[in-house]
Amino acid sequence: MKIMVAIKRVVDYAVKIRVKPDKSGVEMKNVKMSMNPFCEIALEEALRIKESGLASEVVAVSVGPSQFSETLRTGLAMGADRAIHVEAPENIYPLTIAKILKALVDVEKPGLLFLGKQAIDNDQNQTGQMVAGLLKWPQGTFASKVVLDKEKQVATVDREVDGGIETLCLDLPAVITTDLRLNQPRYATLPNIMKAKSKPIKKFTLQDLNVEIKSDLEVVEVTEPPKRKSGVILSSVDELIDKLKNEARVI
Amino acid sequence: MVTKLYKGHRVIIGSLNLIFLRPVIVSISHMNKIISFDKVSGILVCEAGCILENLIAFLDNQGFVMPLDLGAKGSCQIGGNVSTNAGGLRLLRYGSLHGSVLGLEVVLANGTVLDMLGTLRKDNTGYDLKHLFIGSEGSLGIVTKVSILTPPKLSSVNVCFLACKDYTSCLNLLSEAKRKLGEILSAFEFLDHDAMDLVLKHLEGVRNPFPSSMHDFYVLIETTGSNESYDREKLDAFLLHSMENGLISDGVVAQDITQASSCWHIREGIPEALMKAGGVYKYDLSIPVEKMYDLVKEMRIRLDASAKVVAYGHLGDGNLHLNISTPQYDDNILSQIEPFVYEWTSKNKGSISAEHGLGLMKANKIHYTKSPEAVQLMVTIKKLLDPNGILNPYKVLPPSLFT
Repeated sequence: MKIMVAIKRVVDYAVKIRVKPDKSGVEMKNVKMSMNPFCEIALEEALRIKESGLASEVVAVSVGPSQFSETLRTGLAMGADRAIHVEAPENIYPLTIAKILKALVDVEKPGLLFLGKQAIDNDQNQTGQMVAGLLKWPQGTFASKVVLDKEKQVATVDREVDGGIETLCLDLPAVITTDLRLNQPRYATLPNIMKAKSKPIKKFTLQDLNVEIKSDLEVVEVTEPPKRKSGVILSSVDELIDKLKNEARVI
Repeated sequence: MVTKLYKGHRVIIGSLNLIFLRPVIVSISHMNKIISFDKVSGILVCEAGCILENLIAFLDNQGFVMPLDLGAKGSCQIGGNVSTNAGGLRLLRYGSLHGSVLGLEVVLANGTVLDMLGTLRKDNTGYDLKHLFIGSEGSLGIVTKVSILTPPKLSSVNVCFLACKDYTSCLNLLSEAKRKLGEILSAFEFLDHDAMDLVLKHLEGVRNPFPSSMHDFYVLIETTGSNESYDREKLDAFLLHSMENGLISDGVVAQDITQASSCWHIREGIPEALMKAGGVYKYDLSIPVEKMYDLVKEMRIRLDASAKVVAYGHLGDGNLHLNISTPQYDDNILSQIEPFVYEWTSKNKGSISAEHGLGLMKANKIHYTKSPEAVQLMVTIKKLLDPNGILNPYKVLPPSLFT
């Protein structure tokens, strides 16, 4: 069985985000970009399944401008066997990404499609669900545990839901989106980084896949959250009561 | 008598001692304002009580970095950093504070406010007095304001954590790194097997980059540059070459900032792990790098099984942190360590205090590193600036020289 993992390149989790002065989006110049942490978890899970002998190949795929191939290279250094880079502009919305992923699934025919539950840049949390819908495959979202049964061709997925764990049984092929607690992704080791240099990254264009970019969404404005005011230390209870009465007007 | 308290870090070796009669402790933590920052030159002027981490955060917003960084950044103050000439993790790249501090305001023992708060990079008029106050541990005056040259923040940072089979490989790797990484090399830190073992045992949330095997030596290399793909190419070529030559036995390259931080956490967490492990005798030594690890080996033979000898430090700066960890403090063990460690360092032309200073506990040990003539001149300067001996008494210089 082949496993396909979708990977997104995003502003690094640890970078402090700055909004552009014209409010059109987030400042991306000279900012450290990394693999979306949830995608990293998705890839790690696929690699573990392959290492346990239940899959034969892990293919990492990504959709975006040319620098996205660097992130795919990281995926290859972690252990993916090969990669597919669909060249496309940045900021494509989930439905288009889902259509592209469906087209790639039609080409590659994997038994499992892994995605991160969401990308940390725009937090849409839609792509996995949409691609499952387009493919008419079962989906296990927010997975915190995945167990494969190769004979029965089913995947058992634990999902973290309010108040507990929901366990689903999915017939393969299926879509699984990964949550934080599923695993801890590995480091890319030196020998694997070197090996990754010779692994193939196949390029596709949107025309090759017959997908058109169109969106019903338009970003109107991006703004920073309001700044929290700093607290003050008061010297007496009287002062506190005075402030509550006259400044905050709550008593 | 006046003892100054700059919070954090530099109280490591020879801590604030309150045994003296009626000491006065001066805290400058309310002097925490940034006075000015020039975005073209990168010159920051601030009060001495500013916490290093706050300065780092302020500069980050301006696109600059502090020329020093150390594990205690969340609590230590810039006045204390200057007074102790703190070294830390960026010294390899940006040099010591004697280079980056451009000016100081200092209050002398007699109350004179000495204004040397220049912001000039070049100023050859008369004696450069500020240097007397950098690293004199508050024994000559209280630093109240600092003007410091800060380098621009470069966006491309790479961190790799490598395993080496022996100390010679670490040394060869260092000289390779200087050659092949050149201007982008910003840190070269090392730790040995025992240090790694201690961190993994005593610190929570630490992740071993090589879960399947332990190695004898570990090296952390950081590069800082302006062009990500160029830097990465350089680093990869260096790593490939070093691996082919057998200098590196294994290694990981951090793929994002979170991974980079967890690599740094191993190195920066060693002092904390040592504290948790029990008693610890700490030595901060400058030793010519090729001989550095011989001391560790000799110490292990001397102490045998009675204590755990842990070595780590800023290999790029020739600075060894030799720490001896014991379940509890024990005079028998101490007598095995001292004066041997000082004599060995002196014999090998090293310094018995590389970046931590002498303080109270090592004031009498200054002779191991400085000549009698130099020490005598220091005593003369101390007497001139602080005739009543009220500033940080008994520290830096042997008290016997003042009677």
